[in-house]
Amino acid sequence: MSLLTIRNLSVEFTTGSGRFRAVDSVDVDVRAGEILAIVGESGSGKSVSMLATMGLLPWTATVTADEMSFDGRDLRAMSGPERRRLVGADLSMIFQEPMSSLNPCFTVGFQIKEALRKHTDLDRKQRHARCIELFEMVGIPSPEKRLSAFPHQLSGGMNQRVMIAMAISCRPRLLIADEPTTALDVTIQAQILDLLTGLQKETGMGLILITHDMGVVAETAERVAVQYAGQKVEDQPVADLFATPHHPYTAALLAALPERATEKRLPTIPGVVPGQHDRPEGCLFSPRCKFADETCRIVPPPVQPRPLGLARCHYPLEVPEGVVPAKVEGASA
Amino acid sequence: MIKYLLSRLATFVPTFLGVCIISFGFIRVLPGDPIIVMAGERGMTQERYETLSRQFGFDRPLPVQFWEYFTGVLQGDLGRSFVTNRPVWDEFFSLFPATLELALCAIIFAIALGLPAGIIAAVYRGKFFDRALMSTALVGYSMPIFWWALLLIIVFSGNLGWTPVSGRMGLMYFFDDVTGFMLIDSLLSGQSGAFKSAVQHLILPSIVLGTIPLAVIARQTRSAMLEVLSEDYIRTARAKGLSPGRVNGLHALRNAMIPVITVIGLSVGTLLAGAILTETIFSWPGIGKWMVDSIFRRDYPVVQGGLLMIAVIVMIVNLIVDVLYGLINPKIRKR
Ligand SMILES: Nc1ncnc2c1ncn2[C@@H]1O[C@H](COP(=O)(O)OP(=O)(O)O)[C@@H](O)[C@H]1O
Ligand code: SF4
Ligand SMILES: [Mg+2]
Repeated sequence: MSLLTIRNLSVEFTTGSGRFRAVDSVDVDVRAGEILAIVGESGSGKSVSMLATMGLLPWTATVTADEMSFDGRDLRAMSGPERRRLVGADLSMIFQEPMSSLNPCFTVGFQIKEALRKHTDLDRKQRHARCIELFEMVGIPSPEKRLSAFPHQLSGGMNQRVMIAMAISCRPRLLIADEPTTALDVTIQAQILDLLTGLQKETGMGLILITHDMGVVAETAERVAVQYAGQKVEDQPVADLFATPHHPYTAALLAALPERATEKRLPTIPGVVPGQHDRPEGCLFSPRCKFADETCRIVPPPVQPRPLGLARCHYPLEVPEGVVPAKVEGASA
Repeated sequence: MIKYLLSRLATFVPTFLGVCIISFGFIRVLPGDPIIVMAGERGMTQERYETLSRQFGFDRPLPVQFWEYFTGVLQGDLGRSFVTNRPVWDEFFSLFPATLELALCAIIFAIALGLPAGIIAAVYRGKFFDRALMSTALVGYSMPIFWWALLLIIVFSGNLGWTPVSGRMGLMYFFDDVTGFMLIDSLLSGQSGAFKSAVQHLILPSIVLGTIPLAVIARQTRSAMLEVLSEDYIRTARAKGLSPGRVNGLHALRNAMIPVITVIGLSVGTLLAGAILTETIFSWPGIGKWMVDSIFRRDYPVVQGGLLMIAVIVMIVNLIVDVLYGLINPKIRKR
């Protein structure tokens, strides 16, 4: 059963130098209890697409989609109050920068209890008890004392635990974690990831994990979506993706990944992600792709069928026998 | 918090010394001899002039005069007025409630309108209300107070006859000073209509005095809110599903209050300066009018004592503002 279904999501920003398409016809599917990883270089629209799902983009953004539904309910048709009952309760999100994501003027306890007051019927005492319970769940020592701490009195790792406690406080069915460890010390990163996957198992919630770390992807995710310059270019179960990548970008990422290396960051491949002013006409990856030809440069590639990992490419790699790659009308072979 | 307060208090000492020197020097650099001014048209004999000069201590060198003034100040003695021979301290406190009442009403008017206007403008940035408000604020800020006061008087007192032109109270009411605040005393007097008269007398002067602070507060609130609204923690607050009212009015406003309180604190200086003009226009019997009159009379003790008192009030307000910072944002207390 699909928990989150998004079809053809696009987000455009109105900027000083014209309109900029940060997300370009992206599809997202998450089943209940599933862990989906979204990977891609910085600037590929991962955060923006998830913020659009949450309804948290600034007013300069225009969001369009053919479908956006959570648990069968149309997010686009919801009124403001209806959506605010969903967001923060059934659907919640944590962010990359724990230090700046908490309000400096309020204690962390206040900030969590605020969510509980909004979404649950718990009275004052019960909310306090729930906070203590949450702090124990996310591994914050001496919770009673920490509840009255201000964010600047806690470390980055502690603040991220607070954010996680806040996000799971109302028992969400889907948690979106946007690079939750990028801003933290390496030693803390593993702890936070273990915490997130542990909580996911314990509560059975769905989890979207945006990350740079291919090692984390291999260990934790069930399915991977690869995003490039605002588009989803491939989508496969994690084992299949590592074994047979169908999109040249995914293949290049994996090829550049050092075997058994301790450094498991997203590897670098030559060239840069196209920005607002140098977007290619055809395939967005064509300036960096070693398979690119004239067709690639002029004609936007089709989305291949599921056996080919939904790869957005004219010439998908590792085509199994019996599968016919999709072709764009009029594109010369 | 105690340490924070003490460190603030320590900066008081040099400022206070500077203020004593400036208040002492200000009136003395103005041309005009106080004894000649006092004598007026009649003039006086050389002998009488010298007696008076000795009596007021003008025959001694300036540093000695300053030292006497300064040691007096430290003992709470601001001297006596040349004109009335009453202690400056007493005169100040008999007139101060009138100015305080006017200044409080003006700042309440400015905050009550400026704060919400700035918030709404920031939340609906670029929309019609925002543009209209910001252009109005600019006009308000650059409006000559004198002209603005006359315009209001012509329309509301002249054409419409709604408000009186001068003073603090209608002539048919008379009652004792209890607190010095007309609004309170008129209620205590129990005379019907007295309170209404007090309010009517306050309206125009408060608007005139509050106009510039209103414009400044509205603009500062807007820009502080705009900055805060793009912060990550605002996104977090919205991610919790909180209503826009709570996100803007609690999470954003609490952080935006720091710069807003700064300008409110700073406008106390503006208010006291503006009170001089406003009180003169509306014949408001407060320290502004008292200072202006005393400057014309070259009443040295009154001018230097009055300036000193005003400066100390501004300093105390600044101290209160500093303490408020620490209360609003605990992160600041740490620095
Ligand atoms: N508020 C905004 N206004 C204009 N451009 C934005 C805004 N937020 C993000 N972008 C642009 O959208 C693109 C995608 O950003 P983002 O989703 O944050 O990338 P990432 O994949 O690293 O999370 C980037 O080029 C970024 O500059
Ligand atoms: S469409 Fe062409 S340029 Fe784009 S990824 Fe496929 S082969 Fe490379
Ligand atoms: Mg991001």
